[in-house]
Amino acid sequence: MIGQSPLRTVIAHAMLILGILIVAFPIYYTFVASTQTLQTILRPPLPLLPGDQFWNNYSEALFGGVGRIGGVSVGRLLLNTTIMALGIAVGKIFISILSAYAIVFFRFPLRMTFFWLIFITLMLPVEVRILPTYKVMVDLGMIDTYAGLIIPLIASATATLLFRQFFMTIPGELVEAARVDGAGPWRFFFDILLPLSRTNIAALFVILFIYGWTQYLWPLLVTNSSNMNTIVIALRKMVSFADADTQWHLVMVTAMLAIVPPILVVVLMQRWFVRGLVDSEK
Amino acid sequence: MATVDLKDVKKVYPSGFEAVKGVSIAVPDKELCVLVGPSGCGKSTLLRMIAGLETISSGTVAIDGKIVNSTGPTERDIAMVFQNYALYPHMKVYDNMAYGLRNRGTPKDEIDSRVRATAKILELSALLDRRPRELSGGQRQRVAMGRAIVRNPRVFLFDEPLSNLDAKLRGQMRVEIKNLQRSLGVTSVYVTHDQLEAMTLADILVVMNAGLVEQMGAPLDVYERPASTFVASFIGAPPMNLLPLSQGPAGPALADGKTIEFAPANAVTLGFRPEDADVTFGAEAPSGALILPALVEAVEPVGAESFLHCAAGGSRIVVRVAGRATATVGNQLRVVAKAEKLHWFDQAGKRVG
Repeated sequence: MIGQSPLRTVIAHAMLILGILIVAFPIYYTFVASTQTLQTILRPPLPLLPGDQFWNNYSEALFGGVGRIGGVSVGRLLLNTTIMALGIAVGKIFISILSAYAIVFFRFPLRMTFFWLIFITLMLPVEVRILPTYKVMVDLGMIDTYAGLIIPLIASATATLLFRQFFMTIPGELVEAARVDGAGPWRFFFDILLPLSRTNIAALFVILFIYGWTQYLWPLLVTNSSNMNTIVIALRKMVSFADADTQWHLVMVTAMLAIVPPILVVVLMQRWFVRGLVDSEK
Repeated sequence: MATVDLKDVKKVYPSGFEAVKGVSIAVPDKELCVLVGPSGCGKSTLLRMIAGLETISSGTVAIDGKIVNSTGPTERDIAMVFQNYALYPHMKVYDNMAYGLRNRGTPKDEIDSRVRATAKILELSALLDRRPRELSGGQRQRVAMGRAIVRNPRVFLFDEPLSNLDAKLRGQMRVEIKNLQRSLGVTSVYVTHDQLEAMTLADILVVMNAGLVEQMGAPLDVYERPASTFVASFIGAPPMNLLPLSQGPAGPALADGKTIEFAPANAVTLGFRPEDADVTFGAEAPSGALILPALVEAVEPVGAESFLHCAAGGSRIVVRVAGRATATVGNQLRVVAKAEKLHWFDQAGKRVG
């Protein structure tokens, strides 16, 4: 920065450190709680340093199966949630990039009508259409299936709009050059449009993966069997009405494990799309 | 290798706007045809219709004698150089050039040898592994040329390819394009709004205005015998001086009332090129010449020549004098132009005589 005085640097850093503390402390405290015995947790105050139960708690949660949620291991929950989040993220990107491609690059009757139809669905979040959607899923026998978890959430007006905006910035000359070079619609899509969209796809993937990962209401409705629960639902189920029944140490372990995949996705993909930004045009 | 024939080609947009109003042009094999005109004259639309990027409302476009109205750009076997180059930003120079060949299913080793040979011609060999954003404007322009050349098409189409380059580079590339086109012997259509580019590149010069061809011919013929006031003022820099004539009692007369006895009776505009006139301070009047008393308003010394901007005959005119001008601002002098160097235009702006 230009003309940065030492005092301003100090204040700026103080603010940043304070912010990090506010965000990080609850996570740290959860981690501390996940390494204590249930007795320690139930007898406040909770120590500020990690305890000695790390291996016991984590192995019990991962492999032992937790009684409260029907004997399903956290590993199974993580698998379910990963499949759902990946399915939602990949599906949303796949569908929206194709619909944006059709809307921007092809001239067909009712093109704008379709565009507006997609646009209007922005106003209809899952919660509004949840009852009819549930009925459809029941009739199709999709309760307690991955398809049932994924498909109703797979269309995205937002992602379609984002891709549309991006596609509209691609100069017409580029499209024409590809046509002269003998690239048909599929070639153009795979050879030119897709590589140019890399950065957008990476950014959207991160956002949509976390969106999928944190879904609560829909998985709650569409899964009955504990085997098909997602980790967010399981966490909720583990917390019981009577405080004494709740295996708090395992709840904390599950919470810690639940935030690992989204963090991994953000960290890994961030690198990827920063490189994408640097590599792409301009 | 190929001829390009346009017959009464029209382009009407769905809005009813007529961009091209019936154009017929025949480009012989291996020749370079330049379409020149102000923006909005329909020249780019015409080029895009030859390329197959724009549908043809009526008339026919034929390449090598075969009507291609309903064939796509790929099957027409043309290559196009775009104004903004339209290089694929995510591909290396090599892949940019190879892409069209790959799409045609050319064998890998042939692609490689053709790309490398083309790169050599264009002095791009050292840049094959770079991406377009790492290149300068001139280099990008070369890659765009290379992408066209490597395909070895029947026809080259150029859509104002030099307009994004600076003046010096533009001059260089102009010569290079001309040499390349001649040595490769590929029939070409070139669109520009720059009359200098048009004059120097063209085998056939087509001057367009408002969707119609104003004049077509060899560049120097067009320069020496412009068919209309539009062509006269568009081709040549500085443009031809045009003076309005009024109908005096004894024939066409200048604004100051002086009759010009050798003017065609129906002439309403008189024109002469800046270099076809001389200035004199004396009073001698050669017969059979136009003599205009003029007041010097500005002097532009360019080096090898100077341009005098004068007020004469009720208009502004420009006269070119070789070397340094002896006249200065405020001088009263006489502009003399020989009768055979004068151009006459009628009421409709068409050439007379």
